[in-house]
Amino acid sequence: MKLPPHEQTQSLWILVASPTIWAVHFLACYTTAAVWCAKMAETGGDLGAARWAIGVYTAAALIGIAIVGWRGFVRQSFEQVPPPFDADTIEDRVRFLEYAALLLSILSAIATIFVALAAVFIGTCD
Amino acid sequence: MFRFHAFSTSSLHGFCPRSARTGRWGRNALWFTCLLTISFLITGCEGIQSALNPAGRDAALIAQLYWWMVGGAVIIWLIVVGLAVYALQINATEHDYNVTRFWVIGGGAVAPTIILTVLLVYGLSMMPTLLEPAPEGSQTITVIGKQWWWKVRYHLPEGQAVELANEIRLPVDEPVQFYLESADVIHSFWIPSLGGKVDMLPGRQTRLTLHPQRTGIYRGVCAEYCGGSHAKMSFEVVVMERDAFDTWLEQQQAPAKSASNELAERGESVFLAHGCGACHTIRGTKANGKIAPDLTHYGSRLRLAASALPQTRDALKEWIAHPKQTKPGVHMPSFALLSEDDLTALAAYLEGLQ
Ligand code: HEC
Ligand SMILES: [Cu+2]
Repeated sequence: MKLPPHEQTQSLWILVASPTIWAVHFLACYTTAAVWCAKMAETGGDLGAARWAIGVYTAAALIGIAIVGWRGFVRQSFEQVPPPFDADTIEDRVRFLEYAALLLSILSAIATIFVALAAVFIGTCD
Repeated sequence: MFRFHAFSTSSLHGFCPRSARTGRWGRNALWFTCLLTISFLITGCEGIQSALNPAGRDAALIAQLYWWMVGGAVIIWLIVVGLAVYALQINATEHDYNVTRFWVIGGGAVAPTIILTVLLVYGLSMMPTLLEPAPEGSQTITVIGKQWWWKVRYHLPEGQAVELANEIRLPVDEPVQFYLESADVIHSFWIPSLGGKVDMLPGRQTRLTLHPQRTGIYRGVCAEYCGGSHAKMSFEVVVMERDAFDTWLEQQQAPAKSASNELAERGESVFLAHGCGACHTIRGTKANGKIAPDLTHYGSRLRLAASALPQTRDALKEWIAHPKQTKPGVHMPSFALLSEDDLTALAAYLEGLQ
């Protein structure tokens, strides 16, 4: 893949994409469980449908993180140059950003799974 | 309490090795500090308020998790410090690139991920057991946190309830269902020897199930800062054999005994005359206040004022005359104007309410 030497490929947004998905996933799980337990279930009630919703959020989040991570993996290996990516060139800046995006995607994926694990083990609103 | 202990453990490392170059006196002082710290640690493990001395199923599970974590932390600490000593002292040369890489990636990313996953799964898999409600027919108790005492309501099989305060008794080897509420701010209900803590939230009811396994006296505390006298908001927990528990609960349901001697009779009239009954209830008398601890069987409690004072006549007189001395901000007025004789009579009357 040829990297277009363009401003946009150096955008910092790709770095925060995966952690943002993780944060949004956490918030979504939290609010869903809170609203479900406060409005739909009684104390000690079943988490039921909220668990399924969390399952769907988790699948969607992991797919999003995987896309970002894959893009990062492909772009950082451009021309198979080994790290460190610290030359003052557009190519190295892009490699650096995409490599960092890849590592952050791995971290975000693990964290997202950790968040979802709570819903795997805990089935009630208590 | 445990934070303090954790702190002392870490200070042990700094203190105890032969760092005393300040002569005999300094060394003695250091050893003394060490001994004191160690004895604190040991008594901390055995006390009536220790999560490391479990007397119930749930506390035992939590203690087990704690010991696994301590063991794991010690091993990781030894490896990390061992590697640091190796790299800086024993073999302080340039190290092989691949070996270094292995330790940085393996030790810095892969191992923590695996360890955290195992810990998380282990901890979470305990939750269903800890959260499981007690089976139908178990003893049910509602506890309401108030600044800075505990309203305790035992639900009886026939659907009625009996209202007590500041002490909880439980039958051994039976699950107990707690319903937790708050009358003002957020409190947290915690009996470290029996199980985990659960918050008491205004406007909501939370639940906790406990399984006491050993008879004895333990202490429960408020574990969420709730105002000036938060640290003085505790209660005694007595785990008893079923028979003894039944007798106790029977006795607690009965109205108060009438005063048995002249002094106590005088105490009763002082109690009624000075408006104590506007806040406190003594079942069987005209006192039917609802905003302060029920005193019907005050004399049967092990400690005074949510465990802030010992159950002695002097402490009780001191409490009635100057409650703010013991609990700053307390919602009971001082009765310092009462004569010494009135105070003695009041104390005699209240002690007699067995
Ligand atoms: C304005 C209400 C009010 C009045 C009047 C009042 N009290 Fe209290 N009393 C309280 C409150 C509130 C507490 C709980 C304080 C705490 O522990 O934070 C309390 C606690 C106590 C306790 C400790 C209860 C326990 O479980 O250990 C005793 C004993 C007591 N009061 C006796 C008296 C006597 C005797 C009088 C009358 C001379 C009196 N009180 C008048 C509000 C009142
Ligand atoms: Cu408190």
